[in-house]
Amino acid sequence: MSKNITPPVIEIGIIGWLRKNLFSTWYNTILTLIGLYFIYLIIPPLLSWIFFDATFSGTTRADCTSSGACWVFIKQNMKLIIYGLYPSDELWRVNIAYFLLTVSIVYLLVPNLKYKGVVGIFLLVIFPIICVFLFSGGLGLENVETRLWGGLFLTLVIAGVGIVLSLPIGIMLALGRRSKLPVVSLLSTIFIEVWRGVPLITVLFMASNMFPLFMPEGVNFDKLIRALIGVMFFSAAYLAEVVRGGLQAMPKGQYEASQAAGLTYWKMMALIILPQSLKVVIPAIIGSFIALFKDTTLVLIIGLFDFLGIIQFVGTNPDWLGFSHEGYVFAAAIFWVFCFGMSRYSQRLEKKLDTGN
Amino acid sequence: MRPSKFSNFIFNRNVQGTFYQAITLSLVILGVYYIVQNTAENMMARGLASGFHFLGVESQFDIGMTLIEYSPTSTYFDAFIVGLLNTLLVAGIGIFFATIIGFAFGIMRLSSNWLIAKIAETYIEVIRNIPLLLQIFFWYFAVLRALPKPKESIAFMDSIFLNNRGLFLPNPNFSEGSSVIFYLFWITIVISIFIFIWSKRRQNRTGITFPAFYFSVALVAGVFFAALAATGFPVSFDIPELKGFNYKGGMKLIPELVALTFALSMYTAAFIAEVVRAGIMAVSKGQTEAARSVGLKEGLVLRLVIIPQALRVIVPPLTNQYLNLTKNSSLAAAIAYPDLVLVFAGTALMQTGQAIEIIGMVMGVYLFLSLFTSIIMNLFNRSMRVGER
Repeated sequence: MSKNITPPVIEIGIIGWLRKNLFSTWYNTILTLIGLYFIYLIIPPLLSWIFFDATFSGTTRADCTSSGACWVFIKQNMKLIIYGLYPSDELWRVNIAYFLLTVSIVYLLVPNLKYKGVVGIFLLVIFPIICVFLFSGGLGLENVETRLWGGLFLTLVIAGVGIVLSLPIGIMLALGRRSKLPVVSLLSTIFIEVWRGVPLITVLFMASNMFPLFMPEGVNFDKLIRALIGVMFFSAAYLAEVVRGGLQAMPKGQYEASQAAGLTYWKMMALIILPQSLKVVIPAIIGSFIALFKDTTLVLIIGLFDFLGIIQFVGTNPDWLGFSHEGYVFAAAIFWVFCFGMSRYSQRLEKKLDTGN
Repeated sequence: MRPSKFSNFIFNRNVQGTFYQAITLSLVILGVYYIVQNTAENMMARGLASGFHFLGVESQFDIGMTLIEYSPTSTYFDAFIVGLLNTLLVAGIGIFFATIIGFAFGIMRLSSNWLIAKIAETYIEVIRNIPLLLQIFFWYFAVLRALPKPKESIAFMDSIFLNNRGLFLPNPNFSEGSSVIFYLFWITIVISIFIFIWSKRRQNRTGITFPAFYFSVALVAGVFFAALAATGFPVSFDIPELKGFNYKGGMKLIPELVALTFALSMYTAAFIAEVVRAGIMAVSKGQTEAARSVGLKEGLVLRLVIIPQALRVIVPPLTNQYLNLTKNSSLAAAIAYPDLVLVFAGTALMQTGQAIEIIGMVMGVYLFLSLFTSIIMNLFNRSMRVGER
């Protein structure tokens, strides 16, 4: 009878893993050593700059004595970075929105909870309406001009408006492009291709320079609203192509079956086709939201102080000259957390939706 | 009850379709008419004349970097061309480096070496998720602007200098006789192409292979160096020198261009790396195994089986990334690199106020590039489809 012999020690455990993945051949060994050298060159100096040699406590520039980063700069300007120039007495309004947003997102992220659909609809429909009144005033709240909006708050507003409004427009454009009516399909196609063919910055230039010419004398849009319209159409065009991909992925039988059941075009789309095709493209939709979120930084070029714009702005404060590294690293970290979080969420969703079929 | 003629008419699908289209079309026409009407009134009120006459007018502003002759007495049209060329320059350099870095990281990402794969993955995930504008600012304000003054510049091999005024490179100087080498170089390239065709044909006919690649490299390099030696090295390099407060001579790349190229190529490279990875992974494992089992060497497996099939998947999204890079180069406006958007949609628009014409022209350039690329891509896809089963 054969005896079970344990594998040799160099084939299993940590040593086995190292041999297999890092030192399997002579050139792999060389590659590993080169890789380790690069890590050695980059990681320790970076970590000591960010953490070990950095200054965390203090209130003025004079406290920045260490050789590493001086996070006092960020700490002292935190209010500006998060709220822009929003009046101090009214900050609670922004805080309520931050709170509602965080709670709903956490709710959506926790697995196996009920009523996720309700929360999702709240986030996409009711929450934006609440925000309009909260942020700009009305219903007994004091008016706050949009030129005072700024920082992370403004970035989230632009990204949020872009996301909420561009989705329905994008769906309509996608339906239009797939329509059998030649005029509708041609117009939608032209609209989509024109917006997709030009860079966002020219769209923003157009929004800030040309929109005032389009409107009758006396009608004057706020700079933020102009930018929002530009961002909205731009991102709707990209979303339209994503949604169209989902529509094309639908088997023809779905259309035929709904027509055989006597549904009208709109009922067929709303009840049968869109729910299924949107589900397929959710990861891609999140992908274009990530792109939109990153693109919101461009509004600083037309003079709005979004998150990155405010970081640039506080860097030019004479009291804090020479701290641009800290500002950029901090901004990069925040953007990264948002974007990477969204992309991981979409990957998770993709896996979940995949097994559903 | 039989349906009446009228209800027959209004429930007819064609009639309904025509009706909806008529409504859409008239709404669009009304909207456009409204906008045109308002614009005409507004322009009249501001004393602006529509049309492209302004293109022939003296621009009266200077541009920091020009590839063609340009001065404040040049016209607005010249300014447009200068901006366009600057955009194409930064896009060209960016595409070159993004492709190299992107392919390198894409292949590293698939390495069997765990550490190398993780390094590539970290690079991709970090770079992809940080806004490009932030990266441009970082390279420009935090790195290039913070470099030492010309006196303490960073030097590579005493001929390349990097300081806060820009990047200074040696400039090749062609003296008499160098044109001969230039012509010989191109002639040998053409001969090599013919050798490739001939060897391929002969291999198809007889099965005998010919080392066309090594032969061509030897031919081109051999003739090149032989000609160099024979004419007495007519090519010299104009090396930048520190004179006073700045470097003189050589080729100067302004810091805006360097920062923009850095950021654009590193950012796009992260996306290209993912494209390359997806392309290589799309070639099924059976292809590799089959190629090995018919006795091909590893290099040939890669060259004849994997790469041609992977390229078919890679090329369309890759050109899309090139297009994105070109469009993203418009972010140059944020760090004052004189590209099309900054020069034309910025300065020229500010001076003339011809918003519609100018933004129309700028958007037209980008639209043309997009449509041109997509036409090329459609042709490419069609030619690739032939090979499929």
